[in-house]
Amino acid sequence: MTDVDIDRLPDGPRIKPKLSRDDVLMRSGMAIIAVYLVVTLALPLYAMLSKSFSTYRFDLTQYELQASDENGAFNDQVFTAAQLNDKLQKFSDLDLSTAADGRLAPSKFFPDFSFRSPVNYRIRNVSEGGRLLVGSTLKTTTDWLELDSNTFRRVQLRPVESTGLDNFKRYFSTPALFNSIKNSLFIALVSTVVTVSLAFWFAYALNRSCMRFKGVFRLVAMAPILVPSLLPGIALVYLFGNQGMIKELLFGASIYGPIGILIGSVFFTFPHAFLIISTALAISDARLYEAATSLRATPWRTFWTVTIPGARYGLISSAIVVFNLVITDFGLPKVIGGQYNVLALDIYKHVIGQQNFQMGAVVSVVLLIPAVFAFAIDRYVQSKQVAQLSARSVAYQPKPNPKADRISLLYCALVGIFIVGILAVCQLAALVKFWPYDMSLSLNNYQFEKMDGGGWGAYYNSIKLGLATAVVGTSVVFFGAYLVEKTTGFRTGRAIFQMFAMLPMAVPGMVLGLAYIFFFNNPSNPFNAIYGTMAILVICSVTHFYTVSHLTAVTALKQMDKEFESVSASLKQPTMKLFARVTVPVSLPAILDISIYLFVNAMTTVSAVVFLASPKTSLASVAVLNMDDAGDIAPAAAMGMMIFYTNAFARIIHLVASKGILKRTQAWKG
Amino acid sequence: MTNGATAKDVYLSIENLWKAFGDFLALKDISLDIIDGEFVCFLGPSGCGKTTLLRAIAGLDLQTRGTVTQGGKDISNLPPSERDFGIVFQSYALFPNLTIEKNVAFGLENTGRSKSEIKTRVADLLELVGLPDQGSKYPAQLSGGQQQRIALARAIATHPGLLLLDEPLSALDAKVRVHLRHEIKELQRKLSVTTVMVTHDQEEALALADRIVVMKDGRIVQVGTPTEIYREPANLFVADFIGEMNQIPATSAGPNALNIGGATMTCRTHGFQENAPLVAAIRPEDIIPLGDGDAATETTENAFAVSMHEMEFLGSFWRCRLASERFADRELIADFSINAVRRLEITKGGTLNIELPASRLMAFAQDGE
Repeated sequence: MTDVDIDRLPDGPRIKPKLSRDDVLMRSGMAIIAVYLVVTLALPLYAMLSKSFSTYRFDLTQYELQASDENGAFNDQVFTAAQLNDKLQKFSDLDLSTAADGRLAPSKFFPDFSFRSPVNYRIRNVSEGGRLLVGSTLKTTTDWLELDSNTFRRVQLRPVESTGLDNFKRYFSTPALFNSIKNSLFIALVSTVVTVSLAFWFAYALNRSCMRFKGVFRLVAMAPILVPSLLPGIALVYLFGNQGMIKELLFGASIYGPIGILIGSVFFTFPHAFLIISTALAISDARLYEAATSLRATPWRTFWTVTIPGARYGLISSAIVVFNLVITDFGLPKVIGGQYNVLALDIYKHVIGQQNFQMGAVVSVVLLIPAVFAFAIDRYVQSKQVAQLSARSVAYQPKPNPKADRISLLYCALVGIFIVGILAVCQLAALVKFWPYDMSLSLNNYQFEKMDGGGWGAYYNSIKLGLATAVVGTSVVFFGAYLVEKTTGFRTGRAIFQMFAMLPMAVPGMVLGLAYIFFFNNPSNPFNAIYGTMAILVICSVTHFYTVSHLTAVTALKQMDKEFESVSASLKQPTMKLFARVTVPVSLPAILDISIYLFVNAMTTVSAVVFLASPKTSLASVAVLNMDDAGDIAPAAAMGMMIFYTNAFARIIHLVASKGILKRTQAWKG
Repeated sequence: MTNGATAKDVYLSIENLWKAFGDFLALKDISLDIIDGEFVCFLGPSGCGKTTLLRAIAGLDLQTRGTVTQGGKDISNLPPSERDFGIVFQSYALFPNLTIEKNVAFGLENTGRSKSEIKTRVADLLELVGLPDQGSKYPAQLSGGQQQRIALARAIATHPGLLLLDEPLSALDAKVRVHLRHEIKELQRKLSVTTVMVTHDQEEALALADRIVVMKDGRIVQVGTPTEIYREPANLFVADFIGEMNQIPATSAGPNALNIGGATMTCRTHGFQENAPLVAAIRPEDIIPLGDGDAATETTENAFAVSMHEMEFLGSFWRCRLASERFADRELIADFSINAVRRLEITKGGTLNIELPASRLMAFAQDGE
């Protein structure tokens, strides 16, 4: 041994592990799921990005023109369209960039053009493969076309495609844009401050007081998560709209605009903020409070030196989540925004309203920026938070304090009334025959067949989507998480997989939906067949909600003894047997959590699927939007409440199932 | 072959094993032969590489370089599922949702055994580990010691040629640990299965092992039987790590003599040059108390007078702290039998003569190597 330099690995080949059948199986499984994520996330985003850089311009140097005298005789003078434009200064540089379907009539280059004049015109492409339309016939050759003025009127130049920043230039030179950015930021920031403050005190009251009905308030706080984000908008219309029940409370201000969006945003983001802050408060260490008391710190001082620092990561995290939810939401601005434009709505308008996909892509890229930022900060904060948890922490037990408890109860009741009130108004609106003229109750508004949006079929489609997303998503996510957690070696592969799994969180739903159009609606794409089917909706939903599900699965798997796989391998049993017999049964609570999360979100989401739902696959959440758009507000509310009841029902089933499983498995929990 | 084993007996052979984690070398050029049916303990402080070595043998974390041969077959690059071993972890790693029976039967399934064969085998195994009627319970319903026995039963169910134990007793409390220790030893003897156990508890290693492999910083420091390791430590590290050891600064005064605090003492033969700075070492129980008076010290080798600083009664013996100007301000720890203390009337604060027997007084280089 002595002749070896002991502090240096001797040269020579490293041991190459022989892969077992299980290793091969698990690595290929991981590769398959990674490919799935590439196809359903990376490639569509890439397609969208390239779309945002693909520009269409009229290349005027590509066309040559001649005009005859009044007798129809031509001289030798040939002009390119560019020369004519230079002379006339008719179109600016910006005017010449256009969309894929842009058209430009060359007759505009002749100021004295009249379709009745006897003047004849000649036009040709300078080079082969040029693009000009006569009527609806595309001419690509370089032959001269001689046309009378009436025909010449119907000649159109077509743009050529190239790659560049033109779209962005054009977008950033629109004055409306800065308004949208300003509005989006304003709404997102104010909603964040309001929601986080409200949610903090709500969570504080539930965690740190001895008030009554805590369980009820916990349930109420989570209710908004069960409805589409635009539903509060409908309730606000009924409350404060032109025919609103209590519109006097606004003192003449209009609910259609920032006020409406703000109130609605607070409603639909409240549960997200509450959940995060509540968790942060629940893990605070009681020993710190005992120390503060023994040091005779005032409650005020204790609050600022113990409570707030302890919950700070929760506060930051919730603020980021709320900001992100609000800035990427387009449902509320659509329903109650009036003329108030925000970024997310711009995408919708560009795509659905103007069919201008390039511009939609451009706005999407702009919208990705704050989302990616927020995502990066969130990941950073999350990684910090883990270190804060200590096994020796003692849970804080609040002591009764009649006055504080009463204030807490009053506060929670007010927030509770706000949440329940919004839902109750929607339900009432759905049941009233014809607001406000005929207030008798009926089920007329539930005759969805008579409205736009897909009728009851949309509702059943949504349930199908929810179930399929839950089943497919849970399987893919849990299996993927298992593979990435339990595969040994193969480090680079696992790191790449983890990155892919985190990516969906940074992508706003609408951006994802738009990216899907670009990618899957391309006839040359082998997956083109799923466009317009339920499959694409399921895939889109699974990908959209992948990250949170993945993290839930990873957390559950990390709690499992890491030597199970080693034991199983030493006993020469296939890993998949271990997976089926032990891993899945032990993780069942987490698996159920993932499925209910996916189901509820697939039922309520509008943003990701609004571009992808076809007439055959119309969805309830999109129907709410469309019926509202068509003025059928009461049926929209009715459909929204159907989603609510379905989700509430699913939650109850989930609760019962979880309890049942826990009971059945209590045996081994000892 | 190393360690004096003959080729015929060797069951597991490790040759020039290296393991690198990035720049860190967790195992450095490890070579070791383990004999068929032997119980070997890897002993060392945390971070010494003992668990890394065990996991390399199991194929759970493959070594970077080097070969592992088991039963004459090169298994260096095989995945765990293609090797022949059973393993028990500190965490037991019992499947929480399966009954004890099903846990033990887990490895017996898909091996061509019939249901009734499996049933009989499981019953035998539970009998063997002393838990015959716990089969229908779940792991969480058993105590830690019982769970570890189940883990053991599961590991030996398929008759593996090699049993690997990764700190199997560390999670248990002291009394259960001692009890289970004996049972493991008995079981191993009964099955005569080659066993490798990782532990940081020297007492455990001394009680269980046929041979102990002492490791430090990714290297093997000494291999030997428990008595060899205890009585003939290869260096100061081993001497200090296993059992109690008094250490006194000294210089060499010839091939079997030491100079301690100005006085020359006879010691075990060592190979150090004259005047080389050394550490003299002797175990507390090897110090012999002598009768009062000068007569005793004059006739006995390595005898001198000390004063009794402190006496601590530890039940079966007295632990004493002795002071002498010979060791400057250092105290010598000595364990005296209750009989000796009574007979020689040793009391705290008094003086007495002691002998450091030459056969038990060792000399080591200062750096511990």
